[in-house]
Amino acid sequence: MSEEQTEKMTIVAALNSALDVALGLDERVIMMGEDIADPIGGVMKATKGLSTKYGEDRVRATPIVEQTIVGSAVGAAMGGYRPVAEIMFMDFLCQAMDQIINHAAKSRFMSGGHTTVPLVVRAMVGSSNFGAQHSQALEAWFMHTPGLKVVMPSNPYDTKGLLLSSIFDDDPVIFIENMAMSYSVPGMVPTGDYRIPLGEAAVLQEGEDVTVITYGAEVHTVMAAAESLVDEMSVEVIDLRTLVPLDLTTCLESVTKTRRAIVVHGSTQFCGPGAEIATLITDELFGALDVPVARLGGTYTPIAFAKELESLPTEDKVVAALRELVERPSVARQR
Amino acid sequence: MQENGETQATEAIPSREELEWMYSIMLLAKAGDERAAAEAREGRLQAALYPVRGLEGVCAALGVAMQANDQMISSYRNLGDALSRGIPLRTIIAEAYGRLGGTSKGKGGTMHLTDNERGLVTTTGVVGSGLPMAVGLGLAAQLDGADRAIVVTFGDGSTSIGSAHEAFNLAALWNLPVVFVCQNNQWGEHTPLSSYAANPNLAERVASYGMASEQVDGFDPMATWRTLDRALAKARSGGGPSFVECLTYRLTGHSGLSDYSYVPEAELAAALERDPAPNMRRWLESSGLVDAGRLAEIEAEVEATADEAFAFAQESPPPHPDELTDDVYASGEGIPFR
Ligand SMILES: Cc1ncc(C[n+]2csc(CCOP(=O)(O)OP(=O)(O)O)c2C)c(N)n1
Ligand SMILES: [Mg+2]
Repeated sequence: MSEEQTEKMTIVAALNSALDVALGLDERVIMMGEDIADPIGGVMKATKGLSTKYGEDRVRATPIVEQTIVGSAVGAAMGGYRPVAEIMFMDFLCQAMDQIINHAAKSRFMSGGHTTVPLVVRAMVGSSNFGAQHSQALEAWFMHTPGLKVVMPSNPYDTKGLLLSSIFDDDPVIFIENMAMSYSVPGMVPTGDYRIPLGEAAVLQEGEDVTVITYGAEVHTVMAAAESLVDEMSVEVIDLRTLVPLDLTTCLESVTKTRRAIVVHGSTQFCGPGAEIATLITDELFGALDVPVARLGGTYTPIAFAKELESLPTEDKVVAALRELVERPSVARQR
Repeated sequence: MQENGETQATEAIPSREELEWMYSIMLLAKAGDERAAAEAREGRLQAALYPVRGLEGVCAALGVAMQANDQMISSYRNLGDALSRGIPLRTIIAEAYGRLGGTSKGKGGTMHLTDNERGLVTTTGVVGSGLPMAVGLGLAAQLDGADRAIVVTFGDGSTSIGSAHEAFNLAALWNLPVVFVCQNNQWGEHTPLSSYAANPNLAERVASYGMASEQVDGFDPMATWRTLDRALAKARSGGGPSFVECLTYRLTGHSGLSDYSYVPEAELAAALERDPAPNMRRWLESSGLVDAGRLAEIEAEVEATADEAFAFAQESPPPHPDELTDDVYASGEGIPFR
């Protein structure tokens, strides 16, 4: 297994490859979830072939029992395994919240450090095509819960490297995928084992005028916006990749240079990840900022079914927000 | 109605008008599903419906057994249930197009039909989550001293959800007027009942909660109607909840566009023999209840209704972007700030 050998993969293929590598490396890696066994191999096909290759003992299809998918994964983790639980739509994590928040997240602490829950819960942000109960981006809930790690990759390479790190991490990880990206952003991915450490952001594009901090599916929206503004401004784009741990260092380095920043994400703006990130940057760089750190997130509404009722940051909204941010007179100069 | 299309002369059946209506909503559900799938395939609908095929007889039976003041909670597989409440197909389809003329002004979509006036209180996209809410509606009816009953429909797979069992227990404990209608089509997406339940007899499992619980042949609209009618009458008169497991089979994929090649051919073929609408037609005609001319008339009416519904939906305007922030709070104002 070498990093040299690469293949073009979709995010779903990268997930499959990571799970395959993990199952092959360590027999304590097991999986549970609805419809994850062959022949279907998961509703998004992320586990296709794995139950055939590693056996249905290790890759288990469950009834529709989210609470017990996660609960049994917590228990199996306490029992010495490294379970990967698949919950289709992130919205259904609501069913499993007790197990995630009251048990997975706190067991190490409540046991005085004696209990380890090396668990991954994979779930996906859905789509407005299915309405308000199949489309929420709820990462802020998990960031708000000490004890959990939160990962939200934007491309196949990061997906695989981060999932492998998550599986072999000794803390519970909420690993968030996005339906819209499942097949749409293929990229070159090593076929073997490689790890991307949790907590290292990637600077996707260097720039001088403004920093955009984003993650997950919005990375692509932001990159498109930056591309369309190429003649107007020089945009630095940071893909956080993991929200907990948060790579504040990379953000601060960038904003020290650009003095203007915006956080863009698909989850609700109010009390969203951007609120925390903007505050952390302001705490460190208050005097050095040209303008307050901006945010662009989802509107304070559920996700609507009708396409006309768009609540997420679109390319147009990002472009408008960037123009406004860059054109705003510097507060520093006014002083 | 037996498998051969005969019904025992001694057994009650609905009135002729009701039978005609039952037949028409069975056809209408099928027409709506098929047209929606075709529209989704062409990219004109953002999502297909979750087809009712196989359950039409259960929905039609509910339509006659439920009274105007009864209330219902349904799921994403809701077209037949909604039609059984008398909700016009045009508003259902307009919702599927995300248009203002839809039951939820285009905000909810196919999984979220609501028509309080006709007693469709909510439809949920989260498997099994309707049952606890039905307990609450039952409690409200009981506290009101009203003679209304609550129906919650859900699939076989929903009985795996823990809160479904909490709801069974609570409804029985509090003697609530709730009829739990399990639309058992033998599948939860790709997984057959036999491979996700150690005891696949759902009615037997629920009986242990201390409520009336029985299985009925859901392919037989008359038997289903009689069973539901009894359960509803019992609920309305303070006799407590019931669980009715309607045994059918999913005659399509999970959604209108899903592949279902994994469904065993022989099972599907056997189930198709029992396809409720054609069987009902044969029975109505052979028993002399409705003559061939009238049946043809109903069929033509259904086609016309379906055509009109899709035309209405396509012409219905989309919501204005400003409406996004409406309906989040009672005041209608742009919260979170004041
Ligand atoms: C809590 C939850 N888990 C998973 C899903 C995804 N899902 C949608 S329908 C379905 C199958 C449900 O089967 P069943 O209850 O038998 O209803 P049917 O679709 O057969 O009518 C699943 C797993 C969901 N919507 N909600
Ligand atoms: Mg089912």
